[in-house]
Order: sequence, then C-alpha cells, then structure tokens
Amino acid sequence: MPINELQDTRIPPKSQIGALLWLKENLFSTWTNSVLTAISLYLLYICLPPLLNWLLISANFSFGTVNIFGFNIQFSEEMATNSNCGRSAACWPFIYEKFDMFIYGFYPREELWRPNAVFAITALLFISAKLIKSLKHKNKILLSFIILYPIISYFLLLGGFGIIPVVETYKLGGLMLTLIIASFGIIISFPLGVLLALGRQSELSTVRFFSVIYIEFIRAVPLITILFMASNVLPLFFDAGISMDKLVRALIAITLFQAAYMAEVVRGGLQAIPKGQYEAADAIGLSYFQKNILIVLPQALKISIPNIVGSSISLFKDTTLVLIIGLMDFLAVVTGAAADKEWLGRHLEGYVFVAMVLWVMLYTMSRYSKKLELRFNTENKN
Amino acid sequence: MKKENIIEISELNKWYGDFHALKNINLNVKEGEIIVVCGPSGSGKSTLIRCVNFLEKFQEGRILVDGTELTDDVQKIRKIRSEVSMVFQHFNLFPHLTIIDNLTLAPIWVHNETKQEAKEKALNLLDRVGIRDQAEKYPNQLSGGQQQRVAIARSLCTSPKIMLFDEPTSALDPEMISEVLDVMVELAEEGITMICVTHEMGFAKKVAQRIIFMDEGQIVEENDPENFFNNAESDRLQLFLDQILTH
Repeated sequence: MPINELQDTRIPPKSQIGALLWLKENLFSTWTNSVLTAISLYLLYICLPPLLNWLLISANFSFGTVNIFGFNIQFSEEMATNSNCGRSAACWPFIYEKFDMFIYGFYPREELWRPNAVFAITALLFISAKLIKSLKHKNKILLSFIILYPIISYFLLLGGFGIIPVVETYKLGGLMLTLIIASFGIIISFPLGVLLALGRQSELSTVRFFSVIYIEFIRAVPLITILFMASNVLPLFFDAGISMDKLVRALIAITLFQAAYMAEVVRGGLQAIPKGQYEAADAIGLSYFQKNILIVLPQALKISIPNIVGSSISLFKDTTLVLIIGLMDFLAVVTGAAADKEWLGRHLEGYVFVAMVLWVMLYTMSRYSKKLELRFNTENKN
Repeated sequence: MKKENIIEISELNKWYGDFHALKNINLNVKEGEIIVVCGPSGSGKSTLIRCVNFLEKFQEGRILVDGTELTDDVQKIRKIRSEVSMVFQHFNLFPHLTIIDNLTLAPIWVHNETKQEAKEKALNLLDRVGIRDQAEKYPNQLSGGQQQRVAIARSLCTSPKIMLFDEPTSALDPEMISEVLDVMVELAEEGITMICVTHEMGFAKKVAQRIIFMDEGQIVEENDPENFFNNAESDRLQLFLDQILTH
C-alpha cells in the first residue's frame, strides 16, 4: 500500500492574489456587475468635482489670523465677510466666526470654561476607563464616578448654590445640548428598557400586560408627537403655578420614547438565550434576579450590542427634532447663526458642517460597538 | 441497615396541554440509592426527573424531597434546588463565564460562601474530574466531554444530597462518552443519591441498584439490574431491550 510523503506548503499561484484579482472579483465579476461599476464611476465623475470645488477648491478659507495653542497662524490678511465671500462656494469663515454658537448655543460667553470643563471631564473619563480597570477598588471608583459625574456636570453647566452664576436652561444649545439630550436619553433609557424587556417576558401576567401596552403604545407614536405632547399637553396636567422646564420635558419625552425601543432591542437578545441557560440557572438555585443579572442579561446584552448602538445612533439623530419645541440644538443653531445680519443666508455651510460633525461622531460610535462586540465575544474565542 | 426515603413521589400526573405526559407515577428513592431510568424517547423519563427539582410543574400528585414538599412556594423550591443538582444533556454551562466562575457561581450567590472557599473547592472538584488545568478557559474552548465533566463538577460544587442526570452522554461524540461515565461511576461509588436517565446500559448494569423502565408516561417495570436485563416481565421492556442491546 502506498504511503504519501509529507508535502511542502506553498503560496497560492500569482493569478489568485493581488489587486487585479480583487478588481475582477469585486467590480467586474459578472457583466451586470461591470455595468453597475461603470454607472457608479460615471456618477462619481458627475458629482465629485463640483462637490470638491464647493467644499475645498473654490471655498473661502480667509480666517484672518488664528491662534492655535499659542501659535498665531495667518490664513489671510483680513477675515472674510459675508459680502466678499462669494456665493458659488463654501464660506468657511462663517463657521469659524460662529463656532461658539454651534458648540454652546447661547451659553454666556464669559462662562464657557464651565461646559469646557465638563467636556474635559468626559474625555478624561473615557481615557481613564482603561486605567481604572487595573486598579484595586475599580468597582468602588467606577460607582463613585457614575454618581458624581452627573452631579458635577449639572452643577458646572447650570450653576447655582451661590457659588457660580446660574445659567438658565434655555441658554444651553448647540452641540452641547445635543450631547446632553442624547447621552441622557441613551443612558437613562437603558435600564428602563431592560426592565421593560424583562417585564414583557415576565411570568406575572399584569407586569407583562403593562409592559406590552407601554412598549406598543410608544412605538406606534412618532417621537415628534411625543415631544409635542410633552411640551404642550403635559403642562395641562399640572397647576398653572408649576411650570416645568422645557428641557426637562424634552428629556423625559425622549427617555420614555427610547426606553420602549431599547426594550424591544433587549428582548431580541433575551429571546436568543437558549432555554437551557434558564434551566441551569434555576437548577443551581439562583433567584429570579440573580438568574437575570448573572446569567441571562450579560449574554442577552452582549448579543444586543449592535442593535443597542444602532438604536442609540437613531436616537442621537432624532434628538434634532427638539427644535420643534423650541430648543436650540446643534441643528437648530444653524438657523440662528445664519439669521445674523452679518452672515445672512449661510445655511448651507452650517448644515454641511453639522452633517460632517455628526457623521464623525456617529461613525465613531458604530466602530466602538464593533470593538465591544469583539471584546465580549467569549463564545467563539479560541 | 434501613435507609430513609429521600425522595417520595406519589400519584404524580402531568399534562402538557391535553397531552398526558406522566401517568400516576409512584416512586420512592432511598438515601444513597442509584437509580437508572430508561425507556423510548417521549416516554416521560426526562419529564419525571425534571419534576423532582421543579423545572417542570405538575398538576396532580405530590413530591417530597428530603422531607420538603414541592409546592409553588419559591423559598421551598430554592431550598430543594440547593440540595438537588442536575446535569443536563446539553451541559448548559454558562458561556460568558470561565470554567472556574461557572463552578463558584452557586456556592457564592446561593450558599453564601466566600470567594476563596468556593474557589478552593471548585479547583478540587475540577481536579477530580481531571480538568483542573482548564479552569481559566471558557466553556466553548473545551470538548464536549470536558464540558460535561465541568457540568458535573458544577453540580457537585454545592455538595448536593441528590444528583439528577438527564441523558448526560446523549449529546457527546462516542469517544467522549466513557470519560463522562467514568466520572459518574466514581460518584456512584461514593454513595451520593443518583437518578440517571440514560441509554447507557453498560453503565446501568455496572452501578444501578434499581432500573426503571418507562413507556408512554408510565413506569412499566422496575427491577434490579440482574433481573431487569435477564428476566423482563413485560413485552414492552423485552422489545426495548432487544432493540437497544442487539447492536
């Protein structure tokens, strides 16, 4: 009987690797594919040049002299004005001039260090999250951050207690307001959503009933309606004397709205957990809460990460709807900034800027979710 | 030496909807007794042992486990579950926890042991089932046989009085069955009360003190291994034995 010799390994043939093969496989694999490729290239040829021209080539970058980290960088002699900027291409000095308004809204200019401090603390938290993990009392430190962070941020932003001047909530605006509403909505709706999802799976029929009613009611109504309700109908329930802050009403509306969606996302994860996991948890004697907190939720939430992030991204974008109840969020300040008679009619630049910033932030979020998924993936780790 | 009944099942009836899954089951298990339950699929053997730790609710009859009657009372159920542990067909290890965390979960959260105690005990048990070196891995990095041995170690972690095995070798590749059975034989020799649903007749012959044959939700016949295999009284058991022993 013949015995085969152990053979050497070799690299694949030249024709099976490289850029040409990639082109062939991905762009010209079939004739329909080739036609689509050609059409796409033609569309790019039509759209890209004018776009680049407007954004960069003919755009005005006459910022005057800009101080960046102590260095004076001169872009041009004088800063451009609305009239000498031209209308055929972007006038970026408008964004530069109105930058504070885009970021902080109408926040008092002499108090800007306060939102900046909040931004800095937030950034610090994200950076130090990795370091904390290796510390001894990481849970205690984390918990104290979770409790302290909102209190400090609230105090810094709105002031009071006779220490720093009070800033009314209607002065909050711009990207800062968008971030406040979105992060509040996402963070608070998360535990609510988890509870609702568990409620919907509960063996107690009343709990299940009310969870289903709540979720289905909210999901059947557009956010814009809920915001209107919160803004116009909610005050009717209170005495005329009690006036609820407009921002608080928006926060409540958005949180309640998002909780219903989060509940459905988490329920999807819960349903993916095999029955055997529940049985094993029961069999070793865990209580209902132990079972859910130790066994079911860690697995269900892990599966749900992409959808949780997706839903959060949706909410982030949806927060721009608060402009209809009169809050000046990131999108709404564009109108305000372009209404300045010095810079009349520069909406387009504003919207493009807002779009770019939002894209960068949301894309980062979605990349981050990919990373989280990989990190928590113990199932197939080898 | 007269031993106490640790499990008493009387007049047990269970329905899934209209389907009568268990019919008038009467069964007493003595402390330290090793019982094998066998029978064709759908005969109610798994349902029966799952009733013992209340993973399945039943509509009629009563079950006493170590003197405590099974009712809807959550406290009683938890008490019974802390004394009765179960090994499943599909292992049901917790995939998001390492092996050692799988083992220490119940001791820490249900039996209020310290992390240190629980971990020490868990490592000893892993030693016993021969996979101490895998303690820090995740379940899905282990073979089926290893996973089932971990599952057995997990169910031993709470020092149970009774162990229920629900077809522990049915989901395993043939070459892994013996490593799990070896562990079970070892346990049997230590005198822990065991009820084992299995098709492993070799195991039944070797360690069972009583074998129960179920069909269509009833206990058809029960006997000691010797008579069970050689002097089947009912035709149904004879047919079953012919089918599983001929190959």
